[in-house]
Amino acid sequence: MAEARAAPAEAPVAANEEPPLSDVLSAYRTMVIARVMDERCLTLQRQGRIGFYVPMQGQEAAQVGCAWALAEEDWIFPAYRELGVALARGIPIPLLINQFFGNSGDEIKGRQMPNHYGYRRFRFVTASSPVGTQISHAVGAAMAARLRKDPIVTVSFFGDGTTSSNDFHAALNFAGVFQAPSIFFCQNNQWAISLPREKQTRSATLAEKAAAYGFPGVVVDGMDFRAVYRAVAEARTRALAGGGPTLIEAQVYRLGPHSTSDDPRRYRSDAELAEWRDRDPVARLKQELHEAGALTEENDRAIWEAAKEEIARAVEAAEKLPSVDPLSIFDDVYAQRTPSLEEQRAGLQRELAAGGEPKR
Amino acid sequence: MTELTLVQAINRGLQQAMHDDADVVMLGEDIGLNGGVFRATDGLQKEFGAERVIDTPLSETGIVGTAVGMALYGLKPVPEIQFQDFIYPAFDQIVSEVAKFRYRSGGQYPCHLVIRSPYGGGVKGGLYHSQSAEAYFAHTAGLKVVIPSTPADAKGLLLSSIYDEDPVLFFEPKRIYRAVSGEVPDGDHRVPLGVAKVVREGTDLSLFAYGAMVHPALQAAETLASDGPSVEVVDLRTLSPLDEKAVLASVEKTGRAVIVHEAPRFCGYGAELAALFAEKALFSLKAPVARVTGYDTPFPYALEHLYLPNAARIVAAVRTTMAAG
Repeated sequence: MAEARAAPAEAPVAANEEPPLSDVLSAYRTMVIARVMDERCLTLQRQGRIGFYVPMQGQEAAQVGCAWALAEEDWIFPAYRELGVALARGIPIPLLINQFFGNSGDEIKGRQMPNHYGYRRFRFVTASSPVGTQISHAVGAAMAARLRKDPIVTVSFFGDGTTSSNDFHAALNFAGVFQAPSIFFCQNNQWAISLPREKQTRSATLAEKAAAYGFPGVVVDGMDFRAVYRAVAEARTRALAGGGPTLIEAQVYRLGPHSTSDDPRRYRSDAELAEWRDRDPVARLKQELHEAGALTEENDRAIWEAAKEEIARAVEAAEKLPSVDPLSIFDDVYAQRTPSLEEQRAGLQRELAAGGEPKR
Repeated sequence: MTELTLVQAINRGLQQAMHDDADVVMLGEDIGLNGGVFRATDGLQKEFGAERVIDTPLSETGIVGTAVGMALYGLKPVPEIQFQDFIYPAFDQIVSEVAKFRYRSGGQYPCHLVIRSPYGGGVKGGLYHSQSAEAYFAHTAGLKVVIPSTPADAKGLLLSSIYDEDPVLFFEPKRIYRAVSGEVPDGDHRVPLGVAKVVREGTDLSLFAYGAMVHPALQAAETLASDGPSVEVVDLRTLSPLDEKAVLASVEKTGRAVIVHEAPRFCGYGAELAALFAEKALFSLKAPVARVTGYDTPFPYALEHLYLPNAARIVAAVRTTMAAG
């Protein structure tokens, strides 16, 4: 498909593909915020203050490391477990917390379960629950960007289970054929709810699936921030130079449950969990920064404290906000409400006026 | 004005949009070099290049999913599904993604694209080249569903769909791709979405149809004209959103309704119209609402002539309805 390939774009990332130390410290801070926020949100769900939560503990280095290697203009196509990516993108904590509460401060108007957010101004596309559908979107957006000669890449995020989905294969095939400037970032967290990685596919690695589609697939230690950063930076440089897509398999571990509706003790051992806990990506980067002389114990404590305070403030503010406008249920189905939606809206309006709102 | 077949009118509509707007791109199986299996996209890759008229691998979910990404980025993609019977691999993309993007993002991400696909029987296509799957999509909030019945409407509705702000499923009656021709306005001809058309005026009974079935409906009305009732024929043109005002106005005028479609009867589009008449026009009705539809079977190959509604069957339904009251 030589005719579908654009001229190589300019501006690859820095040649050495290593982030400066000050940047790593900032990334570490983001990873700490992700960890604290994750723990806080699990508690909020258990207390019945938010309805649901999808934790991501264990995947901080993979997510923040990947996002750190991207440019602000690059487009993110997340799944529903990408808190670290969202924070690294600069999406404000209160915006995310408001989404979890589905309150009037939620920019997506309480339409989706917690974790299913997205913000156009951060080029972070709104997630859905079906797995894999976003991978094709990332390929299409990459092709569109190339058509418009925008020097960007798109990145899709998904897990090990998603590599069995229809759209994973369709999207990788399209990306290979059209040499789309797109990065497929697979976080292999070892478990797709209760199905272990080795029962998901007979392939030795997930990354090797890229070979069938004619482009590189790489395995990277997802608990290692720098290793992830390097892999993504390299893939990005190649994509921008017209070298096509890359599949990256970041090997991580889901330290928590699949979601707050899941009990992982039913299917995996404490010993396995303990083994991975010893490889905690946040603790690992802390150690590295400490050894490089960039982080003292005192500074570290301050980072954790600041994160806790900031999140506590956001939660407190979120709980004070009113709920979403009941009549907004009919908005954004279409660009304009259709006559039948107007009629249904008027019906709800009458119902609310007559008897108030039923209990949530 | 130019005399064109329906498929030529589609081709001219696509050409017009691609010429006027660099954001319009097309993707699908065999649409480029081959010009589409029905030639709907004939000559367009040559004129606009392989980056805008894209021959894709054989994956409907890949075609629609890729088009979604293009739409989110700001292009106006017009993916083609070669036969509507093969749209199901893309069902998840259409129902879970296309239909819900605007809503689930709180309005941040409109997902405007036009999925074109030939539908319907009468071409000896058997189970998998004959289906009328419009009801699945009309049932889904967030989608618009458009089906033209004439060359002029085909071009005009297609161009309106391409410039609409919402996702449109544009189903083309392949049986009359070449069997029907007519005068088509040149240039950027638009026919508004959501507006039904009374294609024949009458006073005693209203026939409601869309796509290929508009033609046997007109034939039936013509047959009855000499000695029978005066039959009005309404071409819905847009199934979602339905032009409720227009269909109710017709029923209120004539007091009788017969609904025609080639899709199976059970939970078919006709059921929605019949329910609408029961809810909002019951006291105008002089007789029960009747439906002339495909049977509740898969689409048969050797017996498709028995499966498909035809003018004679419509005439019979009209006579029965007239006799009922």
